[in-house]
Amino acid sequence: MDQISERASREPAAKFQFSLEYAPAMESTAAVKIKKQNALFIDGEFVAPESGEYFKSINPATGEELCEIAQAGASDLAKAVAAARRAYEQVWSKMPGKERGRYLFRIARILQERSREFAVLETIDGGKPISEARDFDIPLASNYFFYYAGWADKLDYAFGGRAVKPRGVCGQIIPWNFPLLMAAWKLAPALATGNTCILKPAETTSLTALLLAEVLQEAGLPPGVVNILTGDGRVGAMLCQHPGIQKIAFTGSTEVGKSIVSELAGTNKGLTLELGGKSANIIFQDAALDEAVEGAVRGIYFNQGHVCCAGSRLLIEESVQDLFLDKLKSRMETLRVGNPLDKNTDIGAINSKAQLTKIQELVALGKSESCTFYQPDCAIPSQGYYHRPCFFFDQSGSSSLQRLEIFGPVLSVQSFRTPEEAIAKANDSVYGLAAGIWSEKPSKVLKVASRIKAGVIWTNCYNRFDPAAPFGGYFESGWGREGGIYGLHPYVEEGV
Amino acid sequence: MEITLSSLSRARQHIDAVGLNARVADFQKRSMKSHSKVDLLQLAVRMVDLTTLEGFDTKGKVQQLCEKAKNPIAFALRNEFFGRIRNFPEISPVAAVCVYPNHVKTARETLAGSSVKVASVAGYFPAGAGTLELRLQDIRDAVQDGADEIDIVINRGAFLEGNLQKVYDEVKAAKEACTPAVHLKVILETGELGTYENIRMASFIAMEAGADFIKTSTGKYPIAATMESTLVMLRAISDFYKLSGRQVGMKPAGGIRTAKQAIQYLVMVKEVLGEAWMTPDYFRFGASTLLNDLLRQICKEALGYYFYDNVFAAD
Repeated sequence: MDQISERASREPAAKFQFSLEYAPAMESTAAVKIKKQNALFIDGEFVAPESGEYFKSINPATGEELCEIAQAGASDLAKAVAAARRAYEQVWSKMPGKERGRYLFRIARILQERSREFAVLETIDGGKPISEARDFDIPLASNYFFYYAGWADKLDYAFGGRAVKPRGVCGQIIPWNFPLLMAAWKLAPALATGNTCILKPAETTSLTALLLAEVLQEAGLPPGVVNILTGDGRVGAMLCQHPGIQKIAFTGSTEVGKSIVSELAGTNKGLTLELGGKSANIIFQDAALDEAVEGAVRGIYFNQGHVCCAGSRLLIEESVQDLFLDKLKSRMETLRVGNPLDKNTDIGAINSKAQLTKIQELVALGKSESCTFYQPDCAIPSQGYYHRPCFFFDQSGSSSLQRLEIFGPVLSVQSFRTPEEAIAKANDSVYGLAAGIWSEKPSKVLKVASRIKAGVIWTNCYNRFDPAAPFGGYFESGWGREGGIYGLHPYVEEGV
Repeated sequence: MEITLSSLSRARQHIDAVGLNARVADFQKRSMKSHSKVDLLQLAVRMVDLTTLEGFDTKGKVQQLCEKAKNPIAFALRNEFFGRIRNFPEISPVAAVCVYPNHVKTARETLAGSSVKVASVAGYFPAGAGTLELRLQDIRDAVQDGADEIDIVINRGAFLEGNLQKVYDEVKAAKEACTPAVHLKVILETGELGTYENIRMASFIAMEAGADFIKTSTGKYPIAATMESTLVMLRAISDFYKLSGRQVGMKPAGGIRTAKQAIQYLVMVKEVLGEAWMTPDYFRFGASTLLNDLLRQICKEALGYYFYDNVFAAD
């Protein structure tokens, strides 16, 4: 029998039907110890709230109670302001910048050393995937402290040779989407320039700020330089109203931002605002399409879409729309929604029941406007707050979901035909925080970028950050910039 | 026949290297534990193409490689493990043995009765520098001697000269020389092509011309398989499948030495192409050192500790 027919008669290899379910790959929580009752941090010490009032904090991954957080009251605030003012006048503003810088370097270093503890705690408290907390939030937070530590002794060179003076006591109100990172964005420049701070973490995510207080103690930061008052929106309102505070910095919703602007009108308080966005991610037909799909996914599904600069509007050139959306659907089918502590989770828990309800209502609104809708049918945990990623397509500029910020894993897709049209659509918003431009033709990218009214423009990437790069928006996305040399400006008075 | 316009325009898609690297990094962050890890390790063993392509290969060397291919883990060890551990993971033979054409007969004889395939490089591998007629004859001779699979190289010279039609015609002729029973792997030699866009274009040309598998490298050029070049090829396969309905296999060759790397490649295959490709019929590893690391990791998962290296036969 010759070789060829012998081969044909041989047994074919057994047909294996392979199915791969990823086994759980849980990060250990051994390093984290959560206190049952968590106090305020005033004048270098953890102190109970004078009212004795605490509220429950929930783990969004399970919906179960995690611990109790202190509700700061007016008398706690008064103590904090007094401590911050004393620390400012007697210690911090008199200290040479180089010395202030050393504290910031120390804080940055300790954050790095305790990074795993912080990452796990951030995930448990807020619901974001451990891979993001570990690889993005915590390292970047440390980075901001390192960066501003470097400015502390160079302020003479930062303002064109003009002398500057810190403002005094700063009230800083931060959101729940990047709790530790936002604390770093606020504290680092304020401290570097010689201000003292009262930090108000978000109600649903207080724990990493309180752990940061332990780091501040470990770094030997003089008492009163940083104070942390936890609680609900009432605490933020009190901060804005208190006459002993010279500057307010707020990151949060546009709605609350507007009420703060009203509150502060007529006072002498400085104000910076980092508010909402409905940023356009623009994909041209000559983009690197598979990488653009990654950019679209990263733009809106990173951190469950709880990102002020999320690329929540996709503007896709019509000639590649079908191809692109087909690739996007295939890619979305591989996104894993689940327990945030699982290292393979891509989309974690929605931060709170309230936010989940809000997202669900907006999705229902979108469906009621008869927009075409896609959502992969992936498994999600039965307990806790989860939302599968999805998108609406064939939208027009007047579709509600092209205009309203959702702050969830919901993308809104509209097509365009020419660069002019893309620019017009991208600018057609009350917001102006960020934009993404995807094309492999550099001249087009630069031309389009120069015409878009957004504070941050990413070209052939999305959601990339660096402490040296200023961040902030136009119009209803806010006032002022954080990061870089521009981030120093709000914290000083010039020509004094 | 010419390459179709729709296929060429899909083949011409730009690729951003920074974004590509970031996507690969995502795959490397996946954490495969317990039963997922064991399943992937066992699958990887079944996907190995044990290879010897040296000028000094002899009949004896090829026979020993074939014995290892049939029984990756020695009988004596297997019995010892089965005796000690209940449910020790099944270790199957590898997918194929890959040799030069002059050793195909030896491989056939040694592998007779087993499921391991005989793959032969042919067509004046690795340079592919001979007239087309001589290269086709080389293929026919290997097929005649009993090869189940043929691995050829594309004409990189013609490709870089811009003569894509010639590259296409030669692959098409090679497929015809193979006969339908024999499957054809087309090696792109990704290291020589220079850019990711070129790798994508070469992938499409090979697939259009009838390749059953596209393969990264000969292993004879310093730059062999990388996760990035593999990802480019996997995406090309996915796009081609959507256009044509034909499933083409993929084989990264060279540079994959550890089980950890193999698992990362398999996660990438699963998330880019899906479970239909998670079989030796559509994915292979061109690797030899890899096999013992796979065995080492399988044993460790079953026993809970590592054996020292000498336990596993070197060949």
